Amino acid sequence: MRRVSLRLSALAHFWVKEKGPSALAPGKVALGIWVTAVILAAFLLDARRLGTLGQGARIIFFHIPVAWVTVVAFLLSSVHSVLYLAKRRRMNDRRAASAAGLGIVFCLLATLSGSIFARITWGSFWNWDPRETTIFFLLLFYAAYFALRVAVADEEARAMLSAAYNVLGLVVVPFLVFVAPRLSALAGLHPEPILNVQGRLDMDPAALGVFLAALLGFTGIFFWAYDLNNRAMELEEQCLEQEVEYGG
Amino acid sequence: MREGWLWLLAAWAICTKDFRAEFRTRYALSAIGLFAITTLTVVSFSLGPFGLSRDLLGALLWVVLFFSAMAGLSRAFVHEEEAHTAPALRLAAPPGAVYLGKFLFNLFLLLALEVVVLPLFIVLMGLEMGNPGGFLLVLALGDLGLAGVTTVVAAMVAQAGARSALFTVLSFPLLLPLLVSSIEGTRLALQGAGLDAVWPSLQVLLAYAVALFTTSLALFPLIWTER
Repeated sequence: MRRVSLRLSALAHFWVKEKGPSALAPGKVALGIWVTAVILAAFLLDARRLGTLGQGARIIFFHIPVAWVTVVAFLLSSVHSVLYLAKRRRMNDRRAASAAGLGIVFCLLATLSGSIFARITWGSFWNWDPRETTIFFLLLFYAAYFALRVAVADEEARAMLSAAYNVLGLVVVPFLVFVAPRLSALAGLHPEPILNVQGRLDMDPAALGVFLAALLGFTGIFFWAYDLNNRAMELEEQCLEQEVEYGG
Repeated sequence: MREGWLWLLAAWAICTKDFRAEFRTRYALSAIGLFAITTLTVVSFSLGPFGLSRDLLGALLWVVLFFSAMAGLSRAFVHEEEAHTAPALRLAAPPGAVYLGKFLFNLFLLLALEVVVLPLFIVLMGLEMGNPGGFLLVLALGDLGLAGVTTVVAAMVAQAGARSALFTVLSFPLLLPLLVSSIEGTRLALQGAGLDAVWPSLQVLLAYAVALFTTSLALFPLIWTER
């Protein structure tokens, strides 16, 4: 509870400091316009361009970018954990946690949108298809990662243990990717990657344009939120330090 | 050369020390054993009359083994923290040897668990094995991976505040590929498929055990430090 209120006050502090004209940084405005345009295009695109799935295919413009961002976020988290173990900089621990936290949000979104998509195309919400299994693993693994972080009070121990756990997860992922396809009779419901091995494109050019723009837009949203989260966490840490210095 | 031997001797000494401590209290053994018997009873009691197919029995066996292992394998390190003997152990042996010693101890606990659970499971559930050799191989390699992961997670959990619940939470995602492929391998072996059919599962289990053992050994010095 105390940490939550601290986080809120850090965010409020951040908001006040940034308010005024500087709050409307050009990058932020551009990102907002870009993503709005992508959302409009995703819903207004001519249904005949969407292929055999028809209207149901519109979710592709959201589901795949969100899943892509999930992978980017968790990869970033692992990289920072490895860097922490190598260099012991607190900044790396903070970034690993920040990326993992955002990764969980995007992972939830990917799971939900994927589940709806699965219902539309395959007839049921959950099938333990290989990619469903992998994303479920990621969700579970990073939930455990945060359970570990919460359980350790000492800051250095927390950073070290959670980084070590993250690296163990990094070792396990290849096995899961290899094992999951052999899991069930329903294996392999997901289509070939849009850009498959031969580099052949299976999408209408207009739809592909919207899709790539969505990919870019969601990646932009992630990095914007990641930066915001990093700065908020840094401020939170400073608040805690000051509190220790001046005895609350 | 001599260094290597000393290292192995230290690991063995830690393993035998844990055995001696274990036989004085029998905490882990009784926790694991009783948990196994409890879950086995529930499974047999509720599902025994239905004459389940071998496919399901293999999966059930692994569920029983997994949760029983979760009940006691964190003991190896949690005990050291509770008894405040961890600092002495840190002085007495290099971290790698501590990991190897605890790994062996956990492996023996798992074997003891299986010696109890397997015959009971065969008798209570009416399990017939098509390919006992393949089944035992799957079990052995599964044990190696299980011991490797539980040992390193136990070391982490011992340093964290909340202990027993966290152990299962942290272990399960890491053990997911192991569970999937050992259930698959067990299913095939129980159906009587030849070694060539079970082989892919065995390969995955072996690679998993080796990869996690070496990673854990490399990470262990960072986890096992005085704070």
